[in-house]
Amino acid sequence: MNPALIGSPSQPVTLSDAKLSAKDLSFYYGTFQALYNISLSIAPHKITAFIGPSGCGKSTFLRTMNRMNEILRNTRVEGELTLDGQDLLAMDVTTVRRRVGMVFQKSNPFPKSIFDNVAYGLRVNGMHKRSVVEEAVERSLTHAALWTEVKDKLNKPATALSGGQQQRLCIARALAVEPEVLLLDEPCSALDPIATLKIEELLFEIKSLTTIVIVTHNMQQAARLADYTGFFFMGKLVEFDDTRVMFQNPHKKETEDYITGRFG
Amino acid sequence: MSALVETAVYRSVQGVVEKNEELAQQVLKNEARINQLEIEIDDMAIGLLALQAPLAADLRLITAAIKINNDLERMGDLSVSIAESAMALVREPVIRPSIDIPHIAALAQGMVRKALDAFVSRDSELARSVLASDDAVDNLRTASYHELTSFMENNSSQIPQALRLLTVVRNLERIADHATNIAEDVLFLVKGIDVRHHNEQRAPVASG
Repeated sequence: MNPALIGSPSQPVTLSDAKLSAKDLSFYYGTFQALYNISLSIAPHKITAFIGPSGCGKSTFLRTMNRMNEILRNTRVEGELTLDGQDLLAMDVTTVRRRVGMVFQKSNPFPKSIFDNVAYGLRVNGMHKRSVVEEAVERSLTHAALWTEVKDKLNKPATALSGGQQQRLCIARALAVEPEVLLLDEPCSALDPIATLKIEELLFEIKSLTTIVIVTHNMQQAARLADYTGFFFMGKLVEFDDTRVMFQNPHKKETEDYITGRFG
Repeated sequence: MSALVETAVYRSVQGVVEKNEELAQQVLKNEARINQLEIEIDDMAIGLLALQAPLAADLRLITAAIKINNDLERMGDLSVSIAESAMALVREPVIRPSIDIPHIAALAQGMVRKALDAFVSRDSELARSVLASDDAVDNLRTASYHELTSFMENNSSQIPQALRLLTVVRNLERIADHATNIAEDVLFLVKGIDVRHHNEQRAPVASG
């Protein structure tokens, strides 16, 4: 850890090599404004975590990054959002979701075999060559730290796996199409500490493959895992900085109050 | 850090015993490095506390490391003080009161080495042996105090040198105290017990 970083006001907001970049991004559910002028950059091959109380907008922001909110009626986005400098909001939505994968709070395996779950993304993208699919399934399950547990029962239904295994399967399924960004919305909140640790370890490992953005209620998870942490409150990004600065010496009083449990 | 401080203690004592100004100079030169390491080690420890929420043995290791770090830096300062005395004594006429600085120094250095070895090897028996030596050093310091007092009464022209030797003895005794602190921290680290201030029974967390 570089001591010079501590307390430095440098915020990774305007990175030249940002993977994702938001500028003055606002979001509305009907007349309710859920996000207010969010500007930030997501650094490539890093883990960025968003924390904040329920309803603060962190999940809304995450879902905006792969246009998941569009399926809701009467919603509206304002401002800029770019992926590698390209306008993400104007991009073909299928392309966005192939490049930006998502894993949800509740594991949601398809009612198919373990193999078919992981192969699903490749097949809908037109890849049917068996050797290629098999190789991708093994590789993805290995990255998701699940391969050794399931390699002898790939044809068993995915729903028979434990909760932690199902969540790792969902991560494997997302990784199979080699996304450039992986978004995770509370991926461990339904898991026990051991299953949580496995997910955290695998996320740390796959940083080299993809850029990770995680929303978590668990501040310690953000502290352990993330390179950068953003604190959302009432639809605003209060503070965004190096994780160690955020948890050791935050610049904003609201951040300090939230992470020390003195809120409200 | 441990090696640098151990070396500083050794060199400062040799500076006094051998009237070696060069060794004393090296102690002064290395002080900045020790101070820098103190900052870096604390920074690393605080980062681990802030981000990893360590528990049980991990928590004891980090809190022990922070305290030991502090004791080591203080020993570094005391070595500097001894080295400064050494450099002054080189320029002054030799006096020969019957105090055994090499013996006190050997005891104190032995305690430092054992305390640090006990930390590295998590050896609670070795740590306890350090605690047992502290009284011997204290007794030698008291004896030296009396000896130097009567020496000064009889040799009033040599009071400055005698005072310097008294300072050296006192600093060695302080170094032994810091070694004792480290040994106590090792016992806390390995056994989870707090033996400070002669309380053998105290457990850090009330059980039952």
